[in-house]
Amino acid sequence: MPRLPQTDPGITPEPIRPGIDVVINRENFRHTGDPSMPLLWYLRDVLRLTGCKYGCDDATCGACSVLVDGKLARACELPMQKLQGHRITTVEGLAQADGSLHPLQQAWIDEDAILCGYCQPGMLIAAVDLLARKPDPSDDDIDGIKNLCRCGSYPRVRAAIQRAAAKMKGAPK
Amino acid sequence: MSGAHDASRRRFLKVLGSATGALIVGMQLPARADTADELLGDVVLRLNPCVRIEPDGTVVIGARDPEVGQGIRTAQARIIAEELDADWPRVIVLPMDLGAEDGDGGPSWTLGHQEARGSTGVPAAWSDLRTVGASARELLVRAAAQRWGADASTLRTQLGKVIARDGRTLDYGELAAEASALPPPNVAPAVKSPDAFRLIGQDAGDVDARDIVTGRQLHAIDQWRGGALIAVIARCPYPGGTLGNLHASAARALKGVEQILTIPKPDPSIPLGTRPLAAGVAVLANDTWTALRARELLQIEWTPGALVQSDDALIASLDARFEQTPTMAVRNDGDYDHARKLAHRTVQARYSIATVAHAELEPPNCITELDADHALIIAPLQNPRGALDVVQRLTGLRPSQIEIRLPRSGGGMGRTLDNDHVAEAVMLAKTVKRPVKLIWTRSDAFANDVYRPFAVHDLEAGLDRKNHIIGWRQRIASTSRLAGRGEPRERWWLSEAHPDDPPAGLIQNFQLDWFALDSNLPRGNWRAGSHGVNAFATQVFLDEIAVATRQDPLQLRLNLLGEPRQLPYRGHGGPVLDTGRLAWVLKLAADAIGWTKKRNDGHGLGLAFHFTYGGYVAHALEVSMEGDKLVMHRCVIAADLGRVINPLGARASLVGATMDGLSTALGLKITVKNGRVAQQGFKDYPLAMMAQLPRDVQVILVPSNQTPTGAYEMGLPGAAPALANAVFAATTVRVRELPILPELMRLL
Repeated sequence: MPRLPQTDPGITPEPIRPGIDVVINRENFRHTGDPSMPLLWYLRDVLRLTGCKYGCDDATCGACSVLVDGKLARACELPMQKLQGHRITTVEGLAQADGSLHPLQQAWIDEDAILCGYCQPGMLIAAVDLLARKPDPSDDDIDGIKNLCRCGSYPRVRAAIQRAAAKMKGAPK
Repeated sequence: MSGAHDASRRRFLKVLGSATGALIVGMQLPARADTADELLGDVVLRLNPCVRIEPDGTVVIGARDPEVGQGIRTAQARIIAEELDADWPRVIVLPMDLGAEDGDGGPSWTLGHQEARGSTGVPAAWSDLRTVGASARELLVRAAAQRWGADASTLRTQLGKVIARDGRTLDYGELAAEASALPPPNVAPAVKSPDAFRLIGQDAGDVDARDIVTGRQLHAIDQWRGGALIAVIARCPYPGGTLGNLHASAARALKGVEQILTIPKPDPSIPLGTRPLAAGVAVLANDTWTALRARELLQIEWTPGALVQSDDALIASLDARFEQTPTMAVRNDGDYDHARKLAHRTVQARYSIATVAHAELEPPNCITELDADHALIIAPLQNPRGALDVVQRLTGLRPSQIEIRLPRSGGGMGRTLDNDHVAEAVMLAKTVKRPVKLIWTRSDAFANDVYRPFAVHDLEAGLDRKNHIIGWRQRIASTSRLAGRGEPRERWWLSEAHPDDPPAGLIQNFQLDWFALDSNLPRGNWRAGSHGVNAFATQVFLDEIAVATRQDPLQLRLNLLGEPRQLPYRGHGGPVLDTGRLAWVLKLAADAIGWTKKRNDGHGLGLAFHFTYGGYVAHALEVSMEGDKLVMHRCVIAADLGRVINPLGARASLVGATMDGLSTALGLKITVKNGRVAQQGFKDYPLAMMAQLPRDVQVILVPSNQTPTGAYEMGLPGAAPALANAVFAATTVRVRELPILPELMRLL
């Protein structure tokens, strides 16, 4: 094996910058910018995790839905300063590391619950949250999802959630 | 690079080899140099030709139309793959840029149809992309014939392979290099007979589905350009208003803010959609959050422009307006006034349809990078050719110097048929001499939209003793969306009234007049255009006639449509309208909802039909009032869209448009208060959520061999009137307004 080059002793490491430590999709990140920056813009502008979509200014549309410590949240209304030490899951973190999809992602593909696709990452996160709370959701439970879809994908979103729930029920825990 | 061949200017296709041994088949390129470089481009990031076959057998299909959720890229790729006999799992579909070259006196479009408008993508692809696939297939067959020393006519193709009579096979990938060295066909090869279709007519999921559910799909707003400044603009909320005093020091002092620029009041002689919508103050910063915070710190005084009237003020003026001469006598068959005198009875009603916003979930945005001899535009664009015109006008660059990328974008609903966002971004990039990424916020999009026009329909019908409709007068007053768009006033009716829409041609004495209403609120294209407005008035009025004369609303419509026959239809979707096809979808929808079943559960059924852009669609809805809550139980959509390329995608379009139509009909309304739009977000513009819309939605697609029509907008127009008619059946309350809910609550 070739030997690794020695570190140049003349270089001193950069001092550790203070910041807000967060875990996003199982990876550690430190936000060193404006602590009031909402998670939405940290994900989109800094980390380029653009599955978290911008859709509104008042946390009504749900396009930026994420999970914070497993609970549903809107990234647009979460300033980074409130997130120190928290674990965040975005749509990019739903699949396994080997690329195998979450049952909801597969159900979305199987039901072709897409249309323009802009709201779907947020819808998926909302559905993950729903199935975590209600593994066997009723139609009323599914109606509890408040995310907005301008294209009208709702019937297929409902079908995809029901499909995934059925699949996950049969799967070994 | 291996060379181009046989550069006959007359040939209809361009076939070129590449250094990697791939076969590339493109569209006709009328005035373009025959170099592989130009066609090939950067094959990893961008795709110029329509078909590329890699040596490993992967087929890369370039989809030319902007994808905004209508499924066009999937449908187009299926059409090409069908004729190519490609193996679908080995097909990759990539977006193409706008194909524009320098032509005589203007751009020359190299790729044919490239827009998302009027559900035209599929019919256009049907007419010219089949040949693209068939030509690539023919080259591969000839290459195999050459290799085997066989007669090409003895070979067949299947699933990405050429197959000889003796069973030998060659994969397309193995033939790509040889095929690319062959001269292209001189005449268009024959396309398949439909009975040989393997892909067309079968379900295909959206080609981007996996990227979307994994968050990898970059919509337009997710794109990036190195060194770009983020721009947000504080726009004047008063239409036609100007910038007064501006104090920007606090904003300028914010770390990360690079520039603050003013955008002057746009010149109203430049058509809407090609210039900024409003005067503004732009903040350019290093990141979005900083730009947004800095914009909050701006202190701006706006000077309102001319008064903007509310819809209510327009309504108050209508009685007088209808007494005047119409701006356009759109159609006048027989003699309505005479028929009215002969009529045994008349029925009258007036319907008003509120102004609505686009509320597209991905707001306008645009990346622009300008150099002395190059411009790059990345944006949600339903009308990329229009965007190129804007860039040309603002930069002086030639078409061949303007690169317009067409990433997938959020459902534009007509909003991005306008290119004001492009004009803004280009103006900013020109000034700051750096790449710019412009983003509109949600409140920006509500405050400065090109709204769907407000309209009032005044209807009167005369009936004989047997309750046959012998006369129909429809007077439409609306704020045409063609105003301010370079069209003379005498043409403004074209976007508002369709002279051949039923019941035109079905009633002997038929009068359709259009009255221009003036408004300073900018208007624009909105999904399905005025079909989404006019169908409400017409289909609810038919119900009112049925009720007034104690006829069954289904039977009245079927009687009106009469014997199956073809009527001339001059608008988009013509040249003919087949009354039999319209009657058939209506019957299908009525049967599926259980129209004739006796009910005693308080539920009401409503029907509507409409002919939109060549598609025949009927809706049936079942609703009830549960306390003060309107519940939609079931919805049936029956559609005859000609041959359907991808039924799964067509169903998605029909259901989606229906949900959108119901959502809009339920509660959406833009109001003007103090000279500006009052709505600022979804809190005061409540798009329907899942809970408000029907759970049980059924689509019936009529099998057909007719030319495909596309599917995206056809599901919208009938949704609102079917809802209003069902509400009447359930409550005996007749709602003559859109949106329905506020009026229903008032009347109940």
